[in-house]
Amino acid sequence: MAEKIATREAYGNALAEFGDKYDFVVLDADLAAATKTGIFKKKFPERFFDCGIAEGNMMTVAAGIATTGKTVFASTFAMFAAGRAFEQIRNSIAYPHLNVKIGATHAGITVGEDGATHQCLEDIGVMRTIPGMAIVNPADAVEARAAVEWAINYKGPVYLRFGRLAVPVLFNGADYKFEFGKNVRLREGKDVTIMASGTTVSIALEAAELLAAEGISARVTNVHTIKPLDTADVLASAAETGAIVTVEEHNVIGGLGSAVAEAVCAARPVPVVRVGTEDVFGRSGKVPALLEAYGLTAANVAAKAKTAISLK
Amino acid sequence: MDNAKLLSLKETARKVRLGILEGVHAAASGHPGGSLSIAEIITYLYFEEMNVDPANPKWEDRDRLVLSKGHTAPALYAALANKGYFSTDALSTLRQVDSFLQGHPDMKGTPGVDMSTGSLGLGVSAACGMALAAKIDGKDYRTYAIVGDGESQEGQVWEAAMFAAHYKLDNLCFILDLNGLQIDGRITDVMNPTPHDEKFGAFGWNVILADAHDFESLEDAFAAARACKGKPSVIIARSVKGKGVSFMEDQAGWHGSAPNDEQYAAAVAEINSAN
Repeated sequence: MAEKIATREAYGNALAEFGDKYDFVVLDADLAAATKTGIFKKKFPERFFDCGIAEGNMMTVAAGIATTGKTVFASTFAMFAAGRAFEQIRNSIAYPHLNVKIGATHAGITVGEDGATHQCLEDIGVMRTIPGMAIVNPADAVEARAAVEWAINYKGPVYLRFGRLAVPVLFNGADYKFEFGKNVRLREGKDVTIMASGTTVSIALEAAELLAAEGISARVTNVHTIKPLDTADVLASAAETGAIVTVEEHNVIGGLGSAVAEAVCAARPVPVVRVGTEDVFGRSGKVPALLEAYGLTAANVAAKAKTAISLK
Repeated sequence: MDNAKLLSLKETARKVRLGILEGVHAAASGHPGGSLSIAEIITYLYFEEMNVDPANPKWEDRDRLVLSKGHTAPALYAALANKGYFSTDALSTLRQVDSFLQGHPDMKGTPGVDMSTGSLGLGVSAACGMALAAKIDGKDYRTYAIVGDGESQEGQVWEAAMFAAHYKLDNLCFILDLNGLQIDGRITDVMNPTPHDEKFGAFGWNVILADAHDFESLEDAFAAARACKGKPSVIIARSVKGKGVSFMEDQAGWHGSAPNDEQYAAAVAEINSAN
C-alpha cells in the first residue's frame, strides 16, 4: 500500500523547504493551518503575512508586492481564491502578468464534510479563461513539491491546485522531474486513453487495471498542467487510441474535460467522455461516499472508458 | 510656499487640465469630472512630493502612485506627459485602438504607471502591497494611492484600510478625492460612505483634512503625512468635480462624458483665461 500524503501538505512543506534557497513572500487569509502555509510561517515568520479573512485584499496586496520584483504565494481555499477573488486575480494579477502564485487548496469534492459551499468545482473553468494564467494540478506529494519549485522560478501568474485529502504517492521523489506543459504518460495502452489530473490520477490507474482484467488496453496520462494544455500529446493519444476519457474533481463543464475536448475537436475528433461532477453542487459526506456518489471511482471510469470505445 | 513655486505648480495644473480635456475630447469618451478634481493633487505629487525619475520609470527605489480611481487616467497621463515620461503629443491618442494610453491605467504599456487599475477598490490593496514590500526590504520609498469617495463604497477599500493599519504602513498615504459625486448622483444619496474621517480614524489611520485645489493646503497635508510614524495616513481632500470648467463643476453628468467641439473650445478658453 502506497504512502498517502495530501498535496496541500506537500505544498506547505515545499514552501518551507525552498524558503532557504529562494527569496519569496507568502500570504494567507486565516487558513494557514489548513493550507499548510503555517509550516512556512513557523520557519520564516518575517516573510509570512496573514491578511485575515479578506481574500480579495490579499490577492491585490500580492500583486502590489509583486510589482516590486518579488515572487509572492497567496494561499486560501480554491473556493475563496478562484471564486471570491476571481476579479482581483484577473485584473490585479493576470492583466499586468505579475509574479503571483495562487496556492489554492481544498479544491474539489474531497473537501468532504464541509459540503457544497467549500467544494470548489469551477475553479479550473474560470481560471482557464484568464489570458496568461498557468494552471498546475499536481497528482501527488512528489509532484506538488516539484511544481512549487518550478512555480518559484517561473515568471508570471500561476494557479496551483491542491487537495485536502491524503492521496497515494505515485512518483519517486528522487528522480521526479516536473516539466511544465508536458503530460506524463503513466501507462501505455492502445484502446483508449484515460487523462486524469490531480487527485484523480490514482483512480485512473486503478481503472486501467480493471480494464486490463477485461482485456482492454488503456493508456493513462497525468495532465498536471491544464493550461497550457499539452495539445501535442492529447492529439497523439487521440490518433493512437481513438478515444479519450477525462477524469477530474471538477465540473465536467470548463475543466480538464473541456480543455481536452476543445483540443480534440479542433484537430483530431475522436470520442471524449468526461468524468467529473455533472453540473451539480457537491454536498457533505465522507470522502469515499462522495466519490461514489459523483462517479469518481475506478469502476465508473472503467465503464466510461468502454462507452468511449463503443463510440469509435 | 514661495510665490514662484506656487505659480509654477498652478501653471502645471493648468497644463494637466488642458491635457485631460484634450484626451477625452479626442477620444470622445472618458471621465473628465473626476480627472479635473484631482488636477492639483496629481500635480503636487509628481512635481513636488514624489521622488521619481522620468528617465528611469522602473527605478526600484522610486516613490509609487497607484491611481485607485483608475477611470481618471486622463489626469495621470497628463501629469506623466508633462513630467517627461512621454510626449504630450500622445495625449490626443487616449483610448484609440493603437495607443499606449488605455482607457484605464495599464502598467505594462505606459511608462510611469505603477499599477494597472480601473476596477474600483483594487488599487488601494496594491498600494498596501507596495508599502509592505518597502518594509520587508528596509527601503524608504513611499507609496501613494488616490482613492475616489464613491470608490470608498467598495468593501475592499476597508479591507485594505484594516491591513495597512495592522502592518503599521506609515510609508503609505491615501488621498481621498472627496468631490461628493458619483455616476448616479451625490454620494450621500446613492450610498452614503461618510464620514470618512471618523471611519479611517476608527480603522487606526492618521487622518488629515485638506483643500484639493489649494497647493499650500496640500503641501501641509503631505508634510503631515510624512511626519506621521507608526500608522498610515489618509488625506481627505475636499474637491469640486469638474473643477476649472464652470459648466462641468459639481455636475454628476460630467463623470463619464466627453465635451463636444463647442464645449471643448469653451472649456479650453476658460482654463486659459483663469489665473
